[in-house]
This record gives sequence, structure tokens and C-alpha cells, in this order.
Amino acid sequence: MIFTIAARELRSLFLSPLAWAVLAVVQFILAYIFLSQVDNYLVWQPKLAAVEGAPGVADLVVAPLFADAAIVLLLVAPLLTMRVLSEERRNRTLSLLFSAPVSMTEIILGKYLGVLSFFLILLCLLALMPLSLLTGTELDLGKLAAGLLGLTLLLAAFAATGLFMSALTEQPTIAAISTFGLLLLLWIIDWAGNSDNQSSGLFAYLSMLRHYETLLKGQFNSTDVAYYLLVIILFLGLSIRRLDSDRLSH
Amino acid sequence: MQKDTLVHAEHLTRYYGHTLAVDKVSFDLAKGDVLGFLGPNGAGKTTTMQLITGNLAPSAGRIEVHGIDLLDEPRRAKREIGYLPEQPPVYRELTVEEYLRYCARLNRIARSHISKAISTAMERCGLNEVGHRLIGNLSKGYQQRVGIAQAIIHTPAVVILDEPTVGLDPIQIREIRALIRELGKEHGIILSTHILPEVQAICNRVQIIHQGRLVFSDSIVGLEQQLKATSLIAAFHAAPELEALAKVPGVSRVEALSGGRVRIHFTEMNPAEALIEQSVARGWRLHELSPERRTLEQIFIELTCSEQPVDQPEETA
Repeated sequence: MIFTIAARELRSLFLSPLAWAVLAVVQFILAYIFLSQVDNYLVWQPKLAAVEGAPGVADLVVAPLFADAAIVLLLVAPLLTMRVLSEERRNRTLSLLFSAPVSMTEIILGKYLGVLSFFLILLCLLALMPLSLLTGTELDLGKLAAGLLGLTLLLAAFAATGLFMSALTEQPTIAAISTFGLLLLLWIIDWAGNSDNQSSGLFAYLSMLRHYETLLKGQFNSTDVAYYLLVIILFLGLSIRRLDSDRLSH
Repeated sequence: MQKDTLVHAEHLTRYYGHTLAVDKVSFDLAKGDVLGFLGPNGAGKTTTMQLITGNLAPSAGRIEVHGIDLLDEPRRAKREIGYLPEQPPVYRELTVEEYLRYCARLNRIARSHISKAISTAMERCGLNEVGHRLIGNLSKGYQQRVGIAQAIIHTPAVVILDEPTVGLDPIQIREIRALIRELGKEHGIILSTHILPEVQAICNRVQIIHQGRLVFSDSIVGLEQQLKATSLIAAFHAAPELEALAKVPGVSRVEALSGGRVRIHFTEMNPAEALIEQSVARGWRLHELSPERRTLEQIFIELTCSEQPVDQPEETA
């Protein structure tokens, strides 16, 4: 049942021009960033070759590419998640799901999986760029895998946040802007209290960026993974509650 | 409870904040019933329907669908319900077939039966020619039919239609009514409408809901008894005294109206014949005589325009 809903969600995404436009634009921008990183690397490469234990392609090309990709995706993710529930509510199609023998949890998980699979498609296209380097050079696949894992978790968290915001409102644009606001806040939250050591610990933990950076360096810490999983579970849980409250009282 | 009771609603109550939208509504729906829900705007028709379909949770009360408690086992109960809301819940970007396939899956129809279920539903709703078209490009009438197809695709025991003929042209209305009548043979149907003759045309039971309460509940046969003529309007060129008219056999009460007309009430025997005889014999020069029928509209207005509902909702059998 979850997969039925997910499949329809994905299908509807691809039936609208938005998904294609997003894929095209993101791919174009990231390809440009990728090429300029490769270009940079070619300039530095002769000097680096002389140094023992110098950073390799994975550090100088892949990590910056993924760091930039996260910012680009932070901008586009709200556009993809905004319609998921708000539009159903607006077009009154939610009652189709409510009257069907489907639980709220199944509805939310189905919707989430649908959006997530779109993000995974986007991620596959992105992953092809660094993988194309394999034809000409050697690549630290471990670091690449850590980076991909980081980006996957990040996108999964984006999707859950966006889904929740979409569940709150009838207006897709409001869902988009509030998702964007919340994600950006979580991104930069560790800027606060940089000087003050007492509060910065909490803010640093809340920051999506911090957890992403360690993964980009190739470090796999279970705390980082747990952070993303907690964010996902929290927002999915809240979405289920929100949808259920539609039934209960106004 | 009888075996073929499809819906059993008991003291359904629903508040929106402090507003009481539905107040202790109880009724039963048996197999083969086509139940018409009447009521002015904002009376609580749609809310009641949403309660029965599980789109809203009641503040108090109990609903059983085909013997399954909707609140305890929503998944099992919802399988037995097909619901067409006021606005058909269709995805404009899908074709009719894709959409119905999705609905069939949502309603957990076995994979091997899906194609058959779709073709049956499309056949019944007259959608065969538009199966490959996008729903967004269809006319309102066809979208409505797609909505009905969606509600019956899993052959539920109960089909609930919220104003199914709104916005349709007269031919489509006739077709939809015929479809509803046909569905009524195998399913229990609840439909809401503003169009009073529609109820008389397709329903076999009527319920009028007003300010959240059930103020009238009867079968269409019982309703027709109430609608029978109980008065005549007559006009004379040489009008007799009212007392003289009152003495005509069968007349129970006479009432003078403007324009020289009189309203003649009677209870059992229609005094029309006697009136004509007397008119000729006594030279009253009767030139107009017409039976006055109460219409459903009158009953509706009587019940819904009074401040307090006249009938208290009784436990319907």
C-alpha cells in the first residue's frame, strides 16, 4: 500500500514539468561546479604530486562538489516537497486516501518514499560525475561513499522536513518558504554562540551542516547518522499526527 | 440488529470547536436502500457523511459498517465504503484508467482482479470512451462520473454520494440518477442533495437534517401519504356562505382566500364530486376546482424554517 502511494507520488512528480526542470537545472549547475573543480585540480596537480600524502581527487574535487550540492539541494528541495500534501488538501483529494482502507502512517510513509525516490534519482545523476573520474584516475571510493551517504541522509532529512511543512498548510508556496526557512535555520544554527562555549555545543549538534561536514571528510560517526535519523523520524511522526488531527477537531 | 443492516449510526455527534455540527444523529441503512439526505446549506449533511466514511472522527457516537465498528477497525470497515465527496477527489494529471487503477490498489483489490474491476466500473459509469484521456481535460460531468466510478470500484456494501448531480446538465443528471438507481439494487446508498424532486425520483427513504438534527425520517411511501391532497381550492361566481360549503359531505373545514377563492379541507373522502353536484343544484356557479397537493418542498420548508424542529428525532427502525 505504501508503495502504491509512493509510485503515484513519483509518477505525478514526473508528470509535472517541475521535476524535469529541477533535474535539468540542478544537473547543469552541479556539472559546472564539478568541471571547475576538476579544472582547479589540474592546475594544482603537478605541485601536489611532489608532496607526500597530499590530498587527492576525492578531497579536492568530490568533497567541494558535494558541499556545494548540499546548498543547491537546500534551495530546490522545498520546491519538490511543497506540493506533496498541501496540494492534496487543496484539491480535496485527501478524502480519497482517508476513505480508503489505508492508515495515516501508510499515507505519510508512501508520500515520503515517493519524494525520497525522486531525490535518490537526483543523487544517482550526481554520483555519476565523480564516478566518471574513475576512467582517468584513481578515486578514494571510501570517501566517495561517505559523501554519498551524507548527501542521502541530508536529502532524506530535507524530504521529511518538507513533508511536514506541506502537511501543515493548504498553500504549496507557504509550505515551500517555511521548509526553506527551517532548513536554512538548521543549516546555520551553529553560527550562533560561536564565542560562547556553553550554548554552542547544543547549537552545533543541531546544525545539519556540522554532521554533513564530518561525513564529507570521510569520517563515519554513528552520532551523525543518528542525528539525521532522528530528524527524519521526528518530522514523519509529526506529519502523521498532523494528518490525524485533520480527522479529529478543527 | 438485522442481518442486512449495512450502516448503523448511533447518536453521532460532532463539534467544530464550540459549534455543534451534528447532534445525536441515529439511523440505519439496509441493503437495497437508497437514502436521500436533505437539508439546507450548513445543516450537517456533509459532516454526517464524512463521519460515516471515516474522514472525520465523531465527538461522540458509534458507527458500524456492515457490522464492523468504524472506529475500532477503520481499515476493515472502510473497505465496505465508497465515498464521493462534494468535489470529486480526482488527480487531474492522470488518465481515467491510471486513476482508477490507483483507486483499485488503494482499496486493496487483489492484483488479478484489478483489470476486471476497472472495466466494470468504467462500463457502469459510461467511461469507456474516455479511458485514455486526462481527467483534467474532461468536463465536469465526466469528472463526476470518474468520482462515482472510484466510489464503486471495490464493490463496497455502502456507497455514499455527496451531491452527485451538482453541476451536471439535464441529460447527465438523468444518466447519473439511472446509475444510482441501478447501484441501489446491490449496494446501500446514501446521497445528499438540494434538489427535492431528485429524492422523490431515486430514493426510497428520506431524511431531513436541520441544524445538525434529524428532523424527518420516513420511507418515500410514507412520505407520499403525507403528500396526498388534503385540500381543494375552489372559486365560485356566486359564492355561497362558508357554512353552506362546510355542510357539503366530506368537508372538514373551509377557509376563505383572496380573490373569491376558498380552500376546502377534507380528511378522508374527497368532496370534489359532491361540491360539483351542489354547485349545479344550488347555482353557485363553480368555475375553478383544483386539488392542492403538499409538496416535499412544503414539508421541507415547514421542518427547516421553524426555529425549533417540530419532530424530535425518533429512533428510526
